[in-house]
Amino acid sequence: MKNVLILPVLIPLAAAAIGLLLPSRAGPRRALALAATAALTAVAAGLLHTVWREGVQVLRVGGWEAPVGITLAADLLSAMMVLLSGTMGLLCVVYSAGSLEERQEAGAHYPLVLVMLAGVCGSFLTADLFNLFVWFELMLVASFVLLALEAERERLEACLKYMTLSLLGSALFLIALALLYAVGGSLNLADLAMRLPGTKQPPLATAAAMLLLAVFGLKAAAFPFSFWLPASYHTPPVVVTALFSALLTKVGVYALFRTFPLLFSGDPGLTQPVILGMAVLSMLVGVTGAVVQYDLRRLLSFEIISQVGYLLAGLGLSTRAALAAAIAYWVHYVCAKSALFFVTGALERVTGTHHLGKMGGLSRTHPLLGLLFLVPALSLAGMPPFSGFFAKMALLRAALRAEMWGVAGVGAAVGLLTLYILIKVWREVFWKTPPQEAQGPSGPAAMLGPCVVLALLMVGLGLGARPLFVLSDAAAGQLLDRDTYIHAVLGGDT
Amino acid sequence: METGLILVVGMLYAAAIYSMLRRSTVRLALGLVLLGSATNLALFTTNKVTRSLPPLLPKGGAPVGPLADPVPQSFILTAIVINFGMLALLLVLVHLAERTVGSDEMKHLNTEVPPPSAPGE
Repeated sequence: MKNVLILPVLIPLAAAAIGLLLPSRAGPRRALALAATAALTAVAAGLLHTVWREGVQVLRVGGWEAPVGITLAADLLSAMMVLLSGTMGLLCVVYSAGSLEERQEAGAHYPLVLVMLAGVCGSFLTADLFNLFVWFELMLVASFVLLALEAERERLEACLKYMTLSLLGSALFLIALALLYAVGGSLNLADLAMRLPGTKQPPLATAAAMLLLAVFGLKAAAFPFSFWLPASYHTPPVVVTALFSALLTKVGVYALFRTFPLLFSGDPGLTQPVILGMAVLSMLVGVTGAVVQYDLRRLLSFEIISQVGYLLAGLGLSTRAALAAAIAYWVHYVCAKSALFFVTGALERVTGTHHLGKMGGLSRTHPLLGLLFLVPALSLAGMPPFSGFFAKMALLRAALRAEMWGVAGVGAAVGLLTLYILIKVWREVFWKTPPQEAQGPSGPAAMLGPCVVLALLMVGLGLGARPLFVLSDAAAGQLLDRDTYIHAVLGGDT
Repeated sequence: METGLILVVGMLYAAAIYSMLRRSTVRLALGLVLLGSATNLALFTTNKVTRSLPPLLPKGGAPVGPLADPVPQSFILTAIVINFGMLALLLVLVHLAERTVGSDEMKHLNTEVPPPSAPGE
């Protein structure tokens, strides 16, 4: 029953193909996308269950043996991420149904979303660096088109920037792969992990590690490579931004989590300080960028950078506790961020703007929106009893235990600044006297539903945090346990 | 042979970066094309460039001489195809930008700094 591993890729891809064949009306395409993402979520839940009970699952595509053929592998982290992506995909499809116009829904929106999901799931499941490159490109092509659909001037500029940076990243990725192949003679992750420690050319391997760090950092929007993100994420429909923030940057983070503990754990003296430096600077740059923004979407885009910093901090600390905390934080953060973007969409629907200065007074007219904003905002800032509190606390505690006082200090300070930023948004949007009294309805149920679901999820993950932490801890254990992964992927002949 | 290829790769990168830094969307696209080619060539060069047989074995027999490594070549093949697809998309985008703005100048497209009279959107 290992064939189930291919389903998270196959379902969205097949649905996208069928979707393009359907008549271009909103109804059938929407129904198909809903069905596909729901099926994806169900399959992913099943996969997670299997991996939890039976350990790392491996599928050798076409029956070719591991280092030569294409291999798909799912450990707990992969399975968790596939499940998270499926859930977010489903919520985004529901949200699209509420927030997009019929004309947009009838177009290529849903097929593109599905293709992107296929690329994302493929990246999570592949056990081979070159296939990771191919899945990256699949996901990127879909995201380019999603960004450029019906583009007017502002969006064209954003898309050009995003595409240029992505293509640069792809070129760097290929060079890193070339170096790794020259050093290790293989691009299968498990095979490379066995060969790299005995390499005769450690400098080349280090160069490849740094290039990979740059490439994945670019995708993840970590500090020195982050400035494309706020320059492009504020332009598309809000559901697309939510999808990008939930999936695309996380694939970069995932690639870092996958490759660095596995391939470069032999050289922590160089990679760890670099990653920690990137993490700390991402937190600071993101949050300081967000402080001065008055455009709600740009503000949230900068926030993405600072939150990615937290995830990288967990990777940089590289202890089991830190990795576990980062994974838990990851789940919480994807929920919180998507929820905030979703609510932003509803706010824009009500006020007709995403500039903070032009909003105001919504706490009286739309108390439900206020509540739906407050939950993810407080969760993101790390207030109890929401999911963010426990995740952030675990991360800070791991940093303290590893005696990285600087990281812990910056993490705490950035948490406070995040709270300040969200209070600023709250004051501007909900409390200030409104500049104009143009108040529309709160938006259809399909828009508010996903917000409600995510808010409940955050409360649930806050009050019942234990299962998530048990799961993350096991996932972190698997990340650090290189031998099991290598053995599972390469099969019995090692 | 390898030295020559390395020099070509270097020159291609230089040319790519030069044209990407010009403030014109068409040149940006050209630069990205060159970048893709340079990368493919670099990928080709990291696997030693030597005279060797195609990686095919005679039926049931042992290899006659040194065999070429087929893996990097399949990588390059895939990369070329992907690069080509991306290029097509990029050219469409550049065309779209030019039609919208009426020139291929980046600065006409620049919306990053809003005019001071209209803050916000």
